[in-house]
Amino acid sequence: MAALVIAEHDNLSLKVATLNAVAAALQCSPDVDILVAGSGADAAAAAAAQVAGVRKVIQVDALGLADQLAEPLAAQILSIASNYSHLLAPATANGKNVMPRVAAKLDVAQLSDITKVVSGDTFERPIYAGNAIATVQSSDPVKVITVRTTGFDPVASTGGTASVEKQAVADSAGKSVFVGRELTKSDRPELTAAKIIVSGGRGLGSGEKYQEIIAPLADKLGAALGASRAAVDAGYVSNDYQVGQTGKIVAPQLYVAVGISGAIQHLAGMKDSKVIVAINKDPEAPIFGVADYGLVADLNTAVPELTKALS
Amino acid sequence: MKILVAVKRVVDYNVKVRVKSDNSGVDIANVKMSMNPFDEIAVEEAVRLKEAGVATEVVVVTAGVTQCQETLRTALAIGADRAILVETDADLQPLAVAKILKALSDKEQAQIIILGKQAIDDDSNQTGQMLASLLDIPQATFASKVVVADGKVTVTREVDGGLETIALNLPAVITTDLRLNEPRYVTLPNIMKAKKKSLDIVKPEELGVDIAPRLKTIKVEEPPKRSAGVMVADVAALVDKLKNEAKVI
Repeated sequence: MAALVIAEHDNLSLKVATLNAVAAALQCSPDVDILVAGSGADAAAAAAAQVAGVRKVIQVDALGLADQLAEPLAAQILSIASNYSHLLAPATANGKNVMPRVAAKLDVAQLSDITKVVSGDTFERPIYAGNAIATVQSSDPVKVITVRTTGFDPVASTGGTASVEKQAVADSAGKSVFVGRELTKSDRPELTAAKIIVSGGRGLGSGEKYQEIIAPLADKLGAALGASRAAVDAGYVSNDYQVGQTGKIVAPQLYVAVGISGAIQHLAGMKDSKVIVAINKDPEAPIFGVADYGLVADLNTAVPELTKALS
Repeated sequence: MKILVAVKRVVDYNVKVRVKSDNSGVDIANVKMSMNPFDEIAVEEAVRLKEAGVATEVVVVTAGVTQCQETLRTALAIGADRAILVETDADLQPLAVAKILKALSDKEQAQIIILGKQAIDDDSNQTGQMLASLLDIPQATFASKVVVADGKVTVTREVDGGLETIALNLPAVITTDLRLNEPRYVTLPNIMKAKKKSLDIVKPEELGVDIAPRLKTIKVEEPPKRSAGVMVADVAALVDKLKNEAKVI
């Protein structure tokens, strides 16, 4: 049977994470549809129709779906779920929020954060903060899945010729109301989509140092900003900067870890990066165990020097 | 208003688990067990709501082996009023736990149910959402701020790229993120007091729920190791490597 991918989008555009989820879906079934549930989301639906390998795009447009609230979105997915053997979403904040709601209503287990499709009913997923990889098999008739985006190369965003089919909105009582959104304003690339990430840890000592040392290097490289959980806990930056098992999972071309010791929690979120650079004054720091290039130095002098050298 | 808090006993977050040599799972014999850190934040938030006069009673629940009583006693020492253990040796998966919690919340009729966003052992991040779904009530996951007023709860959520605020009708399910609060240290007098608080034990059969596992673990393996690279002498050498060897800048 076919697989359905729940699109990650902001009504205006399709997020790259959707392409990773489509890649995983194509390993479950040759017939992959995308659901674009939103409000005024014609552009996102049109983008979804271009995605390589997609059979059909189902677009549902309603005001109540504008903000991807879990209750109406789950109702929408459930209204068409019986046509599919696999329901997949990228393991983003939205995907993690809505999919268990769908699974419970279907009385099936969810497979969270899969990193590999072994077969149509068997998958690999990390447990214990990435310290172990479990291979799990589902006996349920429908597989509800969230996809760890770094585990699957995205399919091409163009080349597809899917049709867009508009469907009526499913009924769902308004139990929650969207109040507002406060997105971190930044001209820098988004953390999970960035090619280069510069991350700072507790070695920086303060939020001011973070801005003074990390930000200029990121600007020079056109990189996104990241941070360790320790730096977030210490209040240097907000939580949406956090890279790690309890934050964002990233896999850029280049990851520069500054003043980060390399707790397993953090490594779980960035160890799939192509090239890892670590700058730390402690030669025993575990981060050097995964770094391609390590530099034992005082970050207060080495990082500004690096920024300058790239000019 | 009554608040129900669900907690889980997990391998302590400081313990580095080892995969068993027969690949059947991770070795948790003789390792330190603690309350899941996100659940500790959940208990703390419930107790703060009681201290602020919003809640009248905080009931803490868990499901699992006999030793889970210790985890419940910790929650009672933080300030929960009473505890319920659904005792079983069975392998409990999130859907089964959600069903157990649904049965308990039907009985307790709590207005707010708070859970950690995910357990640090199986990293599923499912139980709260599943519970809200089974109860057919709204949910606010990944909470960083909770305000209860006028029969509604307004929750600020940690989402990709920033924060989002939603308002929910009660009853509702909330799952906690890291920055919601900083749990207090439990003091000895409170640990002593917690020993006198009520802790009920029930069996899953008494709740009439199906807890059969749906997922079978075929094997558990070590993650692929990333080998260490080279140490460079200075910034100039680093720039040279990145430009000419790795070719990433």
